[in-house]
Amino acid sequence: MKVLVPVKRVIDYNVKVRVKADQSGVELANVKMAMNPFDEIAVEQALRLREAGTADEVIAVSIGPAQNQETIRTALAMGADRGIHIEAPHDIEPLAVAKLLKAVVAQENPGIVLVGKQAIDDDCNQTGQMLAALLGWAQGTFASALEIAGDKAKVIREVDGGLEHIEINMPAIVTVDLRLNEPRYASLPNIMKAKKKPLDSLTAGDLGVDIAPRLTIVKVEEPAARAAGIKVGDVQELVSKLKNEAKVI
Amino acid sequence: MSILILCDHENGQLSPVTLNAVSAASQIGGEMHILVAGDQTGNVVKAAASIAGIAKVLVADDKSLANGLAENLAPLMQSLSGGYSHMMATATTTGKNVMPRLAALLDVMQISDIIKIDDANTFQRPIYAGNALSTVSSNEAIKVITVRGTAFEAAAAEGGNATIEPVAGASDAGLSAYVKSELSSSKRPELTSAPIVISGGRGMQDGANFAMLEKIADKLGAAVGASRAAVDAGFVPNDYQVGQTGKVVAPDLYVAVGISGAIQHLAGMKDSKVIVAINKDDEAPIFQVADYGLVADLFDAVPALEKELG
Repeated sequence: MKVLVPVKRVIDYNVKVRVKADQSGVELANVKMAMNPFDEIAVEQALRLREAGTADEVIAVSIGPAQNQETIRTALAMGADRGIHIEAPHDIEPLAVAKLLKAVVAQENPGIVLVGKQAIDDDCNQTGQMLAALLGWAQGTFASALEIAGDKAKVIREVDGGLEHIEINMPAIVTVDLRLNEPRYASLPNIMKAKKKPLDSLTAGDLGVDIAPRLTIVKVEEPAARAAGIKVGDVQELVSKLKNEAKVI
Repeated sequence: MSILILCDHENGQLSPVTLNAVSAASQIGGEMHILVAGDQTGNVVKAAASIAGIAKVLVADDKSLANGLAENLAPLMQSLSGGYSHMMATATTTGKNVMPRLAALLDVMQISDIIKIDDANTFQRPIYAGNALSTVSSNEAIKVITVRGTAFEAAAAEGGNATIEPVAGASDAGLSAYVKSELSSSKRPELTSAPIVISGGRGMQDGANFAMLEKIADKLGAAVGASRAAVDAGFVPNDYQVGQTGKVVAPDLYVAVGISGAIQHLAGMKDSKVIVAINKDDEAPIFQVADYGLVADLFDAVPALEKELG
């Protein structure tokens, strides 16, 4: 079974984002980029499936500008077997991404697509569910455990009330949550090896997919800053302030 | 213009956050309908029909909809989409699961987690864990939207008298099956709607130490939450998590105990009215958003706080 893992290149989670002065978006120039942390968890899970003998090939796919090849190399350094890069604008929308991935699925016939439940840049939380819809496949979203047995997968989902167990037909889309695993680091020898692994490059046109945006970004702003607070000396002062000043208890 | 709102419900009760979605919908304008999809939904339908401003409750009562499986619910919603300008749901795990599947079936881009409505086509939503706010406009024939409950006041639960209309078309897609739930049970208020939230972080050191926070929560009528670090460490279950990828809360009072204040945690609580931070590290980023900061060892401060509250 092949495993397809879409990986997104985003601003590193440690970087404090800055909104551009012209309100057209956030500053990306000279900002450290990294693989979306949820997608790292998806790559790790794919590798574990291969190591357990459930999968035999892990394919990382990334959609975006040329620099996204670095993100694919990261996945290859973690252990993915090969990569597919689809050239597209950085801010391509989830629906267009899902359509491109559908085309890749048609070419590669994976048994499962593992993808992060959301990207930490646009926080959309859409791509996996959309891909499942377009393929007519089952979806196991927000997964904190995954067990594949034959043509079924057992998924434990992190839901608002706790955990939910579902069983889904394969092939399936599973969107991964934080507690599924702890991704490995790429070792230096593996980083070197990754440079020699195959990486195909395609365009949206090659796949016959219309990726024109459906939404228009009117503006991007900084949120209002909170007014500076004060330090209190002890618990008595804290309780007194909460009762008499803030009046919240 | 007319709007279909997916009713969020569990255990035979309408989830209060549905009222926040109704209030968001009312800002768009036009006739508002609610879809109650589930199995044995009698109580929920009754509650939905009473919500102020709702003209019609569509009821899809079928075993295949019992657990909100997206593979069954999304096609049903697609079949009901004719005539609606907007289809909305709460940005809960239910809404987040089904709405993108619906949007793709309709070939439209979803607008996730809106916090403000400028007009019927233009919405504001947080990106980058709330460190930027993006205003987007959509010309899609149907706007598929999820709503951040804490950003909108709740609509009145009473005063409405909607007509109730059964809808057909539900069926089991045969792709997925619900097995069971492991739900946390608590007598305390629900985290996302509690007026006071007290959360613990990595500094709590151990799950057993959360008992200290629970004692205070019980005195204040508060809910107990946690940072991702505390959940990852196994101190408390995942449904306690407040943050970018967990729950978003905006209570009157948020008390952060032993939480350093990573960007992703702040994303889930920085719209709280009053924020208190208790942390022994006076450099912790949580103090930058706190209205009242107490630099102290939580193992001294928390018992003292409980005593002081009487």
